Amino acid sequence: MATTRILERLGRLYIWLLLAFLYLPIIIMALMSFNVSPFYQLPFEWTTEWYASLWQNDQLISATWNSLEIAIITTIICVVLGSAASLALYRYEFRGKKILQALLFPPIAIPWLITGTAMLIFFFGVGIGRGLFAILLGHVALALPYVIVVVSARLQTFAPELEEAARSLGANQWQVTRRVTLPWIMPGVIAGGLFAFAVSFDQFVVSYFLSTPGQTTLPVEIYAAIRKGFTPEINAVSTIIIVVSMALMLLTARFFKFGGEK
Amino acid sequence: MAIQGATASRSGLRSALPLLLPAYLWLTVAIFLPLSAMVFFSFMTDLPLSGKPWAFTFGNYATFFSQSLYLRLLWASLRLGLEVTLWCIVIGYPAAYVLAKVLKGRSREAIFLLVILPFWSNGLVRIFSWAMVLREGGILDTALNAVLPFKINIDLMYSYPAVIIGLVHSYVPYMVLTCYLTLQAIDDSLIEAGRSLGASRLQMLKRVIIPLSMPGLVAGAALIFVPVVGSFMEPRILGGRTGTFYGTVIEDQFVAVFNWPLGAALSFILLAVVLVILALAAPVLRKAA
Repeated sequence: MATTRILERLGRLYIWLLLAFLYLPIIIMALMSFNVSPFYQLPFEWTTEWYASLWQNDQLISATWNSLEIAIITTIICVVLGSAASLALYRYEFRGKKILQALLFPPIAIPWLITGTAMLIFFFGVGIGRGLFAILLGHVALALPYVIVVVSARLQTFAPELEEAARSLGANQWQVTRRVTLPWIMPGVIAGGLFAFAVSFDQFVVSYFLSTPGQTTLPVEIYAAIRKGFTPEINAVSTIIIVVSMALMLLTARFFKFGGEK
Repeated sequence: MAIQGATASRSGLRSALPLLLPAYLWLTVAIFLPLSAMVFFSFMTDLPLSGKPWAFTFGNYATFFSQSLYLRLLWASLRLGLEVTLWCIVIGYPAAYVLAKVLKGRSREAIFLLVILPFWSNGLVRIFSWAMVLREGGILDTALNAVLPFKINIDLMYSYPAVIIGLVHSYVPYMVLTCYLTLQAIDDSLIEAGRSLGASRLQMLKRVIIPLSMPGLVAGAALIFVPVVGSFMEPRILGGRTGTFYGTVIEDQFVAVFNWPLGAALSFILLAVVLVILALAAPVLRKAA
């Protein structure tokens, strides 16, 4: 089976080429954020100047705080509301349940450009307007379906007999939920929460339509800076964001197997 | 029995409601009502908030169909979506196959994670990172001129290929993910059986592997095509002057021209196109599930 061996080796090589394609631009950006020349000229000379100047950029710092705050609040709200909804969809049978489950997919499937502009129109129309509160409203709605899907997937592996057993031993509904069900779905809840954080922290399109000059998030601020012209500071802050969101994702992967086990 | 079932399901709803209500109320206020409002506004001459007079009109839709610009841009966006999707299949499918059928154990897990990792990092930032690679005097230009004996100028920045490269980079992990999931579900003994019956590698691919992984291909294609058709940030950053697409025109209506009713109509037309595409993909996906 010599051909098989050659094909396998080619396959492996191919995967490494794909990884190079995926990571090279990111690595180059990270390197350039440590380069002296603001126009990305080589030869490479090491500096941390751009990271230092980030601390002087008040606009960028306040946008970063906004992003973090919104992402944390979004995560908390999504985990609570999403877990509750998942439990209800798992535990109870009622008419219209299929429709409720199907309703989770439009927010995921519809391009954010459409959702974002629709939110802008509606929030403006009912007097909520734009700004951080509107952004929070939008982020929770975008992340909630993901949390429900992830937690529901975890609930599929839960044996309902366990709840029965606890109930027959005299536990009430709240005790059953807190002592039996919640510990079991915890990995799903944590994964869902990390998903929600990532969706919110990386969200650009919806935030873009809902932000105002003073009330904005980091990606929107970065987009504005990119369109004004390249600044090496943007490289630095982008590198930080990439590192943070990849670290977050690695953490998520610990709690949630994407590929499924075989 | 039937009556009993009905009462059980009603009491089920009563217990479920307090748990469901907050989540679905939020989705209603922030997704479903806005989408309905968008449809409503798309039939208006002006926003009814500004105090200016407004009336119902089909004018916004008439504008779309009467000015060839919008149809041409929608077509350009659909073509962009198609091209990006095809490139993602060409690049992503073989990678998914290698992951599912060649690599084993821990190395497979690790590489799989590496492939889908970038896709959860900030898309805007990744698009921006290509700017440094593609521009004249950028990394690609410098690297190629260092290797090649003759002088060439690589300046892909602000061009159609730059937009394609950026978008393929953003979306190819989707394709790898969905194809990998269906490919790894194919039983290895099925492939061995086919091989031992004398099927060539190409025949196996055409008759067994591709048909069985079709749901993954279709799911990946839908997941890529839909957002690419509505993309506006990627063409703006990498396409510059050549980066005018349907998505960028919608963006303009909301942030530059301030013709919200026309923007709403354009958005709604895009939504209709997206729904048709998802409906076309649905039968294949349902068959898989």
